[in-house]
Amino acid sequence: MPKNLFEKIWERHEVAPSLIYIDLHLVHEVTSPQAFESLRMKERTLRRPDRTLATADHNVPTDGSTTAQQIKDHLSRKQVEVLEQNCAEFGVPIHSIGSDQQGIVHVIGPELRVTQPGMTIVCGDSHTSTHGAFAALAFGIGTSEVEHVLATQTLQQKKPASMRVNYEGELGFGVTAKDLILGTIGQLGTSGAQGYVVEYAGAPIRALSMEGRMTICNMSIEWGGRAGMVAVDDTTLAWFDDAPEEWREFTSDDDASFDREETVDASALSPQVTWGTTPGHVAPVDGAVPEPSTESEERALVYMDLEPGRAIEEIELDTVFIGSCTNSRIGDLRAAAEVVKGRKVSRDIRAMVVPGSAQVKIQAEKEGLDEVFRDAGFDWRSAGCSMCLGMNPDTLQPGERCASTSNRNFEGRQGKGGRTHLVSPQMAAAAAVEGRFVDIRGWGE
Amino acid sequence: MKAINIIEGGVSVLARSDVDTDQIIPKQFLKRVERTGFGEFLFYDWAKEPGWHLPVNPILATGANFGSGSSREHAPWALEDYGFQAIVAPSFADIFYSNCTKIGLLPVVLPEDQVKALMEAGEAEINLQEQTVTFAGGVVPFDIDPEIARRLLEGLDDIGITLEQQHLIDAYEAERERSGPVTTSL
Ligand code: SF4
Repeated sequence: MPKNLFEKIWERHEVAPSLIYIDLHLVHEVTSPQAFESLRMKERTLRRPDRTLATADHNVPTDGSTTAQQIKDHLSRKQVEVLEQNCAEFGVPIHSIGSDQQGIVHVIGPELRVTQPGMTIVCGDSHTSTHGAFAALAFGIGTSEVEHVLATQTLQQKKPASMRVNYEGELGFGVTAKDLILGTIGQLGTSGAQGYVVEYAGAPIRALSMEGRMTICNMSIEWGGRAGMVAVDDTTLAWFDDAPEEWREFTSDDDASFDREETVDASALSPQVTWGTTPGHVAPVDGAVPEPSTESEERALVYMDLEPGRAIEEIELDTVFIGSCTNSRIGDLRAAAEVVKGRKVSRDIRAMVVPGSAQVKIQAEKEGLDEVFRDAGFDWRSAGCSMCLGMNPDTLQPGERCASTSNRNFEGRQGKGGRTHLVSPQMAAAAAVEGRFVDIRGWGE
Repeated sequence: MKAINIIEGGVSVLARSDVDTDQIIPKQFLKRVERTGFGEFLFYDWAKEPGWHLPVNPILATGANFGSGSSREHAPWALEDYGFQAIVAPSFADIFYSNCTKIGLLPVVLPEDQVKALMEAGEAEINLQEQTVTFAGGVVPFDIDPEIARRLLEGLDDIGITLEQQHLIDAYEAERERSGPVTTSL
């Protein structure tokens, strides 16, 4: 019987009905302390340290600190220290602050090549879906489940339903993977994928780099998806030094069926900008803030201090943040640097670039991208989650308006009272130069 | 986890949809390494809005897509610590729903008009065994996965159950486990 990609991976990992084996468990400091503590209290052991990998990312300052002891915030320091102690006690390999392999958990997995086709991957973090770009089944879990995986290397899971989004046409000039996924969420809704593992397919996906595919899969959770995946092709295999040919089987069979299929026209998309407080509150850059049609949209407009009919290009900004597990890889930084090269950040805009990992930072500096950003007036930081959620000192002030390459524009996400607009790295870079949103397609010619 | 079956009493109302876990428990409280004590920070920013009223009751009735966003289990911990034992909504985000069931906080999905009626009724009895919600509007059935219901009703420890199947995990590792990657050799 023909099978889709998700079914193939699921079947290979079924230990018993509704019990699946986990090939890789990624761990970070925020969602793991209570899980380790509980193991300790119940005198349970960690089953497979060799399938577990930890890093510190959410809390780390991006000021170049190289040890946990240098973290000024007492609670942040404690959390990173507790992670380091737990990993030492249970034998889990860790790339903590100061390591040249440290970084956002969803950036370092692929970078270290521990994210591979056909695997099951979990982490106590909803954006674990990122790893699905490599034809892995990857999803976020809660802390009780983190404990379950630490103890048993398995997870109790009902088999989710499967969905395929078929993209048609091609992305226009200046329209990126970020715009493709924001446009998809705008069309299909913030709970449109609830209960489904989504396979992203079609020529526009095949044309994307691995980084672009990671951006798409990363945001699967923003429309409720259990996971996002892209089938293996030459681009996937080229990521690895010696990719075995067998990995080519991690695609959906030609006549495989899905519980649901959707079609999205990629050619019709413009660069996207969110105007509200969910990723589904999104408009094309050449459009305007819409009339609110629900109570949640009305609330969003009040929070964002925007009125219906305001042209997106007339929205002025205070801050630009380029970073997060959605858009902080070397390709993202190259694209943003290309836009700001030889230009200057507008007026008093606070602009920062936070590479997704220490490796991305090292590579960018080799290529001189740090100079390009600094010359333009950007702050060049060290790796971490940073202003994506502002658990470290990088936060928005109340009322501050930010163009951000991250994935969530929830109320207060980047700092209490802060106003977040989600965009691609290119759009964020151009917005930094102009001090407002501009349509990257016609800009700077 | 303690066993649950009948949850009865007052209904607190949060008439908003798409309530994300960043609102339920904002990031600054995720730095704690303990599992308890999150209740006082529940809806920390919203609670400062004029007119905010969320009394402590066994039941919370709220809007669609409740618990979207971050996978933080701190959100159900905070709701439970505050005093809620069940949450009734037209729909829940997947990870949040699963997290609730892991700690014995009962998520109940009812059609939107029934949730509204429940909000107006102000009091209800939820019976997990019978899978019903009883309030002034009548008796409304709800669906829940039988395996999840059983675990909640019996207060079972998930890890304990899985460890009983350890021989199956051993067999999987011996016969079918993939050869890599091995994180300890990085
Ligand atoms: S960058 Fe943002 S979304 Fe990604 S893991 Fe860190 S906090 Fe979560």
